[in-house]
Amino acid sequence: MARKESPCMMTHMTNDKTVDLAGKASERPHVEPRLSLQHITKRYPGVVANDDVSLTVMPGEIHAVLGENGAGKSTLMKIIYGTVQADGGQLMWNGRETAIANPSAARALGIGMVFQHFSLFETLTVTENIALALDAPFDLKALAVRVKAVSERYGLPLDPNRLVHSLSVGERQRVEIVRCLLQDPQLLILDEPTSVLTPQAVRRLFETLRQLASEGVSILYISHKLHEIQDLCDSATVMRGGRVTGHANPKQETTGSLARMMIGRDLPICQSPEYTGDSRFALEVRNLSAVSVDPFGVSLQNISLNVQRGEVVGIAGISGNGQAELLAALSGEDSVDYDNVILDGIPVGKLDAGQRRDLGLAFVPEERLGRGAVPAMSLADNAMLTAHRQAGMKHYGLLNYAATREFAKRCIERFDVRCNGPQSAARSLSGGNLQKFIVGREIMQAPKLMIVAQPTWGVDVGASAFLRQTLIDLSRSGVGVLVISEELDELFEICDRIAVLSEGRLSAAMPKEQTNAESIGLLMAGKAEKEVA
Amino acid sequence: MIENLTPILVGTLGAATPLVFAGLGELVAEKTGVINLGVEGMMLIGAIAAFAAAVSTDGNLAVGLIAGALAGALASLPFGILTLSLGANQAASGLALTIFGLGLSAFIGQGFVSYSLSGVKPIAIPLLSKIPLLGPVLFNQDIVVYLSFVTFGLVAWVLAKTRLGLVLRAVGESPEAAHAIGYPVIAIRYGAVLFGGAMAGIAGAYLSVVYTPLWVQNMTAGRGWIAVALVVFATWKPARLMLGAYLFGGMTILQLHAQGLGVAIPPQFLSALPYIATIVVLVLISRDRKLLQLNLPASLGKPFIAGG
Repeated sequence: MARKESPCMMTHMTNDKTVDLAGKASERPHVEPRLSLQHITKRYPGVVANDDVSLTVMPGEIHAVLGENGAGKSTLMKIIYGTVQADGGQLMWNGRETAIANPSAARALGIGMVFQHFSLFETLTVTENIALALDAPFDLKALAVRVKAVSERYGLPLDPNRLVHSLSVGERQRVEIVRCLLQDPQLLILDEPTSVLTPQAVRRLFETLRQLASEGVSILYISHKLHEIQDLCDSATVMRGGRVTGHANPKQETTGSLARMMIGRDLPICQSPEYTGDSRFALEVRNLSAVSVDPFGVSLQNISLNVQRGEVVGIAGISGNGQAELLAALSGEDSVDYDNVILDGIPVGKLDAGQRRDLGLAFVPEERLGRGAVPAMSLADNAMLTAHRQAGMKHYGLLNYAATREFAKRCIERFDVRCNGPQSAARSLSGGNLQKFIVGREIMQAPKLMIVAQPTWGVDVGASAFLRQTLIDLSRSGVGVLVISEELDELFEICDRIAVLSEGRLSAAMPKEQTNAESIGLLMAGKAEKEVA
Repeated sequence: MIENLTPILVGTLGAATPLVFAGLGELVAEKTGVINLGVEGMMLIGAIAAFAAAVSTDGNLAVGLIAGALAGALASLPFGILTLSLGANQAASGLALTIFGLGLSAFIGQGFVSYSLSGVKPIAIPLLSKIPLLGPVLFNQDIVVYLSFVTFGLVAWVLAKTRLGLVLRAVGESPEAAHAIGYPVIAIRYGAVLFGGAMAGIAGAYLSVVYTPLWVQNMTAGRGWIAVALVVFATWKPARLMLGAYLFGGMTILQLHAQGLGVAIPPQFLSALPYIATIVVLVLISRDRKLLQLNLPASLGKPFIAGG
């Protein structure tokens, strides 16, 4: 598949302003920027998602858009891909002002997008998924051959006939990328592409992206991971609160200086003091096996694990490898054998979630809205849902609302939850503040064991640091803490020991000092990915 | 034995044909994620429209069928506006459509109660209709039965083999993903709902113009509900829907013959038998979670609102 010479080489410059904005244009005066955004503005009720945003991408350039959650990166990409229309500003494509009305118009121009939350169809095959995004004549057999060819050429091995639900997350991302590549893109947008990949898979993705860039494809790389951007990108646009706070060459910056542009201050660092207290087991999991009834689920196979008081144990691994099933078995949503789960010395495997909480379990699920909290209910009412077992919250079986409000108020103050008080609805809080509230609610019930799933998913840097330090401090007060997370950096920051869950099997928990991201990554990839690799 | 079997099988096909049409229409709608419980109402509206059109054109079958299809599609339009454009609850809107269809068809039908049509003669296909047992059953039927075969083939082929079918399935699987890659989810669902309405209309037309060529209030007698149930029974697969429709049709006819032969079973029980069989099969199918989840359109019954 030969890549076409980009048409912009032939067109001469029509807009001097564009060239001024493009840092690189002065070095290569005859090349038009592939994409140039000028003063893009997008307002939503109550927020300005993009405020006077300008950025320029040259052919063959890997350009990073760096910013925290909520900085407006995703909105900007949606504007480029045509899923959202800007309220103001100009979009220049290969030197011409262009309006992109919808995603098919974007694809026709040569813009491809790999979504953060994949836009794949579970019950269709790889080829069918790709056919849906192509405007080519409908011939699945011929397409399967092309898929195979392109995936091999770019080192993205794929079986065109597999059903998507049976693919690993890394393979699903390959489907998305191959789908874009088959459209001969001139610009490829990747939105947080590595958030679900193992370190090894990230390296392979970067090789593919460099190969594409060397063939003249421009790449817009959205991320909040500083070292990745330094490793991969030629230039970066940094965003904060919907505005551009700077343009930089990430290779000439330090992570510190990039972080300051991104969050406006230095990156906070967690402190892990020594623990010298009682170190009995807060949790023992013994030979836990559970067959999943869900055909898209994963069966747990002979899982054993223990968590001592005073330590943070992390479970790394990509979601969909049994995390949901393990959490259900630990929290009490699923019933297992009594001896499979032992909480502070008491076998609890057959007890339900409420009974386990009575015995000192605290649990913060991954989905904050819907499982961690009821979106439409106030913070006070949400506090009551698990804290009703605390002394003084009930009076002869009737709820004491004054005590609940007081409890919520203390939680808001102690854990620095930014909101309009205990009566604010849970859904009105930002991800970080709601998570602080939920974690705080659980901590205030003085648990013996705290289980937290994806503690900082979608949470800004400041709140993430606060939450991580809170979990470490909780463990040092004599509580066993179990954290399940996809973010390896996070686990290495807060955990004392780390185990890996892959295809329903759990590796032995290794002290953090005796392992590294590389070997954890290999365990995460598990058997399936090694075979394709 | 064969002399007893042949009329039962011939009757089975006739009894099943309305179910085939209505079921295939509902299947396509549900494939895109829209569950329309208004099939019964759309069938009744189709039935009276077809009967009225046929009566005023001296029993012209084609005019009757077209009128039935148009009326059915028209009846499904308010359902589409409510559930697709306005995001209303699909179950409630569908139930309302059934109640509305029952009332409207009875109201229009008041003037047609005394009329009757001559019915439609079967067409024997040369040679093929001479095959023992199979011949008279499959190849000596009225034209609408043949049309139902063709419709089944078309629906099955489109869903399995064409881009249109792939898009329909994709929209039902994940409207968000389909929207993200640029498909007009709402327009596609409108198309499927209107197709479902037209098919239900044809099913009704077959009842009032061919099967029992006269108008009786509520003449569908729950067949629309059976069609909805058959879609689940078939786990959203056209071939299994055909099987289900013929099984149900067979039960209906068997029950008539059993009564005729004086079998010592209460006739009320025999009339209830097809419905009992449907319930039993539905329970058995619902127990197989894997089968259901791999075939169930993931967005079934959930409104999709673009944007965000």
